[in-house]
Amino acid sequence: MTSIVSKSRLSDEVFRLEVEAPMVARERKAGQFVIVQADEDFGERIPLTIADADPARGRIVLVFQTVGASTHALAAKEIGDRITLLGPLGNPTHIERFGKAVCVGGGIGLAPLHPIVGALKAAGNEVTVIAGARTAELLVMQDELAALADELIVVTDDGSAGRKALVTEPLKEICAGSARPDVVVAIGPPIMMKFCAETTRPFGVKTLVSLNTIMIDGTGMCGGCRVAVGGETKFVCVDGPEFDGHLVDWDGMMSRLRSYKKQEEEAHHKCHLEDKIAGVVR
Amino acid sequence: MNEAERTLGKDELDRLASEALKGLAALRAEGRDPSPRDRLGLPVQDMPCQDGQERSRNMFEVAEGYSEAQARLEAERCLLCKNAPCVQGCPVRVDIPGFITKIREGDYPAAARVIKRTNLLPSVCGRVCPQESQCQANCTAGKSLKSVDSAVQIGRLERWVADTERACGACDLPDVGNASGKRVAVVGSGPAGLTTAIDLRREGHEVVVYEAFQKAGGVMVYGIPEFRLPKSLIAMESKLLEEMGVRYELNFLVGRTRKLGALLAEDGFDAVFVGAGAGLPKFMEIPGENLVGVFSANEYLTRANLMKAYDRERAATPIYPSRRVAVLGGGNVAMDSARMALRLGAEEVHVLYRRTREEMPARAEEVGHAMEEGIVFDFLTSPTRVIGDKEGRAEALEILSYALGEADASGRRSPVAIRGSERVESFDTVIVAIGNESNPLLARTSPDLKVDRRGHILVDEKQRTSIDRVYAGGDIVLGAATVILAMGEGRRAAAAINELLA
Repeated sequence: MTSIVSKSRLSDEVFRLEVEAPMVARERKAGQFVIVQADEDFGERIPLTIADADPARGRIVLVFQTVGASTHALAAKEIGDRITLLGPLGNPTHIERFGKAVCVGGGIGLAPLHPIVGALKAAGNEVTVIAGARTAELLVMQDELAALADELIVVTDDGSAGRKALVTEPLKEICAGSARPDVVVAIGPPIMMKFCAETTRPFGVKTLVSLNTIMIDGTGMCGGCRVAVGGETKFVCVDGPEFDGHLVDWDGMMSRLRSYKKQEEEAHHKCHLEDKIAGVVR
Repeated sequence: MNEAERTLGKDELDRLASEALKGLAALRAEGRDPSPRDRLGLPVQDMPCQDGQERSRNMFEVAEGYSEAQARLEAERCLLCKNAPCVQGCPVRVDIPGFITKIREGDYPAAARVIKRTNLLPSVCGRVCPQESQCQANCTAGKSLKSVDSAVQIGRLERWVADTERACGACDLPDVGNASGKRVAVVGSGPAGLTTAIDLRREGHEVVVYEAFQKAGGVMVYGIPEFRLPKSLIAMESKLLEEMGVRYELNFLVGRTRKLGALLAEDGFDAVFVGAGAGLPKFMEIPGENLVGVFSANEYLTRANLMKAYDRERAATPIYPSRRVAVLGGGNVAMDSARMALRLGAEEVHVLYRRTREEMPARAEEVGHAMEEGIVFDFLTSPTRVIGDKEGRAEALEILSYALGEADASGRRSPVAIRGSERVESFDTVIVAIGNESNPLLARTSPDLKVDRRGHILVDEKQRTSIDRVYAGGDIVLGAATVILAMGEGRRAAAAINELLA
């Protein structure tokens, strides 16, 4: 069990928790994730990518969006509350001096992208960050990313910040330009990662994506996270979470993510109803 | 055991046993001790069980346990053979005639102490050990009566002793030796890890057990269902360990949270035991296996057991809503999955197995229980692909029929596909229960740890791995085995570690 040491709300739906996890803070590398559980007995185990870590103070940062009952339960936790946390899990991002790197982050995906940008910079890469979101409010970690990246391109679906475009538009322009990137890292909703991979495919640019699938243990035991990559079944928890975006069976992966859609909607509805009864304003 | 007897209720079984005991008492009153022949004439005591139909919709334990009279009578069936062939069949060498003698004498706490000299988890082993192929297979009573079913019901007696001890709230803790100043890390809190931890603690070593899940118990908590092994038992057993001074570090994955080598090099441990358990679930490698509605047994059972998905009001972990379920495989895990699916509300559950009932690796008792509950067995069948709807959800299986061919090298008759026998049958849920591969995590993060071709950790006769002061045992060494075999390995490893640290 780990304690929450700070909590802030980055937007209506996005929360930032800092938790005490000295072992995880010490061991974690860019690209790894943790599994958290809001309640030890009845909570669901959900994977969240580590957004940042402070080994000196023994803390890690989690940034998440309230999308279902379990993330709402997590958001309802306050400073001093304890949660279950296991990690760091998954393989770290493969970092080397690629040359020119483009990092694409969509919405909440900007949080896990941040340590990767840092690691790529530290390895001597020239890094362009494309930060996208539905609307300005959901653009998280802008200052941190701006401080690290050589160039930060901001796009929103509604034009409320930066350019009114999808992330794939600037990505395509960069790939088609004179300085073609050596690597692209895309983290965000599956549909965004899929289209980033489709955008880079004709240019032959290596594209890494970080998959966030359904998981229980996160250690290779349940197989719930399996996804076809290049026609082979892989476990996201032990083989990933990063894969070659050009080889991922996106449609299969997205349909597996919807496995419990109906139950999740009911649970979500129920927790909103309970909040209303309790007088909590969301 | 015949089917008619099995349907007798708890009270009736108790009444019959009490009467038989009276007969024995009368014999003794005449100054005669029952002869072996008298003993062989006593009826085998059946296990009282919840009614098949009723239990198929609840999570309560199926087997209700002996009454005192049943236990006393079953104990009278034992011939107390001098050479005790039963003990030879037990991987941890429980003194079976010894504890049975104590039951006969009515000294139940002493019976528990005899068992616990070699087995600290009798309430678990009494429930899930395959006694019919271990101790009971060697039983002289069974051999004399020409049926393993007529063996002394050692497992049921073991369970009764453990349950009786627990019910009176006076569980003796094993003695803990004087502090040795040595520290041992135990990786994994399943049967291998817990057994090792106990034996190390007895020698006075400081023991820390690392567990990746939020609860201790390993497969006994996430895998074996409540209706076969109540979770409250495991919670109590692991609390006993804490009372002995064993410390648990839950939510800690050795290999990731901390490297194996770091435990020895930096954290001050003098030795490490790895009992990390089986790993990656195997799949059939047929088309459509990644469709929604296809699960590994590990996932399905973990949702239902550890994550308590059956408690729909309170548990946040969802369970897939199933109507028609196909379970692939013929082992105990397949039986557990099928019976769990039924309890979670499936209308119809089929077990698809490539061979016949005789070749099934599952315990006969579990197969029998599953049949009583209404599980349908489709023997000599195996799916060739999973068919999905346009949403990517499983809706049917294409199934091929088999016939048994010649016996192979292992003596099992191998199934041969009947060409052209493919048919399509609708199933919305498929649970794959065909075993596990080993988990690659420790080997990947500790390159010096030697594993075999299939990823199982290589050990010598003392459970030593290729890394100095690192020992291993249980499923991570054996592949998928049983609770008791894992415990046997744990004991051997603990003995070797105790020798090393002496």
